[in-house]
Amino acid sequence: MNHATEELLVLHHYGDADAGESGALEQHLHDCDSCRARFKELRRALDAVSALEVPERGEGYGAEVWARLQPALSGPKPRRWWSFSVPSLAFAGGLAVLLVTAFVAGQYWPRQQPPVPAGQQATAVPAAPDTAATERVRERVLYLAVGDHLERSNVALVELMNAGGGAQPVDISSERERARDLVSENRLYRQTAADAGEAGVAAVLDELERVLMEIANSPSQLTVQDLQRVHDHIESQGIIFKVRVLGDTVRQREVPRTDRVIG
Amino acid sequence: MDATDAQDVTLAQAGDEAAFRRLVERHSRGLFQLAFRLTGNEPDAEDIVQDAFLKVYRELKRFEARSSFRTWLHRITVNCAYDLLRKRPRFEAEPIGGDGGEAAGFEPEAAPSGQPDRAAYGAEVQDRVRQAMAQLTPTERAAFVLRHFEGRPLDEIGSALGLQLSATKHSIFRAVQKMRRALRPVVGGLGQFGVPAAYPGEERP
Repeated sequence: MNHATEELLVLHHYGDADAGESGALEQHLHDCDSCRARFKELRRALDAVSALEVPERGEGYGAEVWARLQPALSGPKPRRWWSFSVPSLAFAGGLAVLLVTAFVAGQYWPRQQPPVPAGQQATAVPAAPDTAATERVRERVLYLAVGDHLERSNVALVELMNAGGGAQPVDISSERERARDLVSENRLYRQTAADAGEAGVAAVLDELERVLMEIANSPSQLTVQDLQRVHDHIESQGIIFKVRVLGDTVRQREVPRTDRVIG
Repeated sequence: MDATDAQDVTLAQAGDEAAFRRLVERHSRGLFQLAFRLTGNEPDAEDIVQDAFLKVYRELKRFEARSSFRTWLHRITVNCAYDLLRKRPRFEAEPIGGDGGEAAGFEPEAAPSGQPDRAAYGAEVQDRVRQAMAQLTPTERAAFVLRHFEGRPLDEIGSALGLQLSATKHSIFRAVQKMRRALRPVVGGLGQFGVPAAYPGEERP
């Protein structure tokens, strides 16, 4: 047998070579120092890959996933601001999250529309009064929801930054719980922003989510050094500042404006 | 199919939410591991886990138990991750110091003791594996993760990714080549005398 090809060595390693090829290769590896060394090197490399660490998820992780998932399966309680506009919600069940996402994508993130030529402005057909009113109600509620999320995220981060100060370990279990709650909300808004092409908003929410995840997955008791590391991380990201700026932007949008282009 | 899964799937198909909850709780950790290996970061992995279970919930009534629930669940997860990876530009990680060259600042055979610290060595290897994984194409990454970490057979991988057998093999091979190239400076290739380098702390062969 000639020297083994790289591809055959890989197939052999995973047990995917034909029986005949494998038998011949085994014999060749026994006789050929060079191929045996190459095969050994391949196995070393793949053994090292196997050591790739995956972040730990505790015994309670399944329950956490369920807690995030369950509202989407059963659907939130009908709310006036969307129940009258989406009749299918009554049977939507598991589609609830997608509906919310689509709703937010269409309504919250303002779209760029091509300018209307001056000559056509007079002929533009205004939205029906009921529809326009509905849109405004939706818009307000969504701005409030996102603004509230950002405000609560800001408060949670600021409180964590103010925690500690002594030499004793610090209990951050309440901050951790709060971060867990905020992560799932944040995910929805981030996905929505990304789907709507709002890369800047999605980027801030992505950064926020990473920080929240880090807090949510921290031990409940942090040493002074660990807490300092968390503080340094938050500061280095400048995430509090970014959340405040985004929150201010959203609050400005909470004010109904009749001249804003709506979905 | 696992008897417990089979029972819960049947109940969940009949609308028993508690049974679906048991399935979620039983498989979440494994699913997160798979999703993390496919995406390489926690937020994406969390999204994938949630998306996959939502899809499973919606499709549950169509599940006919031709394969195990776990296999089906993992296939859906791979598809969710695959979609996400394809939408995303690659090469997010920092480049790995050249084509198999030495990594800046890392000396695998530190003198004079000859043995770099094992923890630092482990961290370096982890870092290189992560970077190399980030540079795989979505197809290579999914195929490699399913073969290497999940131990799935080639036909199943091909079926999940819509690939012929030869393309499946080739995707895995290309992924392995890239991983080896990235790891060569730290794990070692053929040395000067045609023998592989050793791990720190090991005798050379």
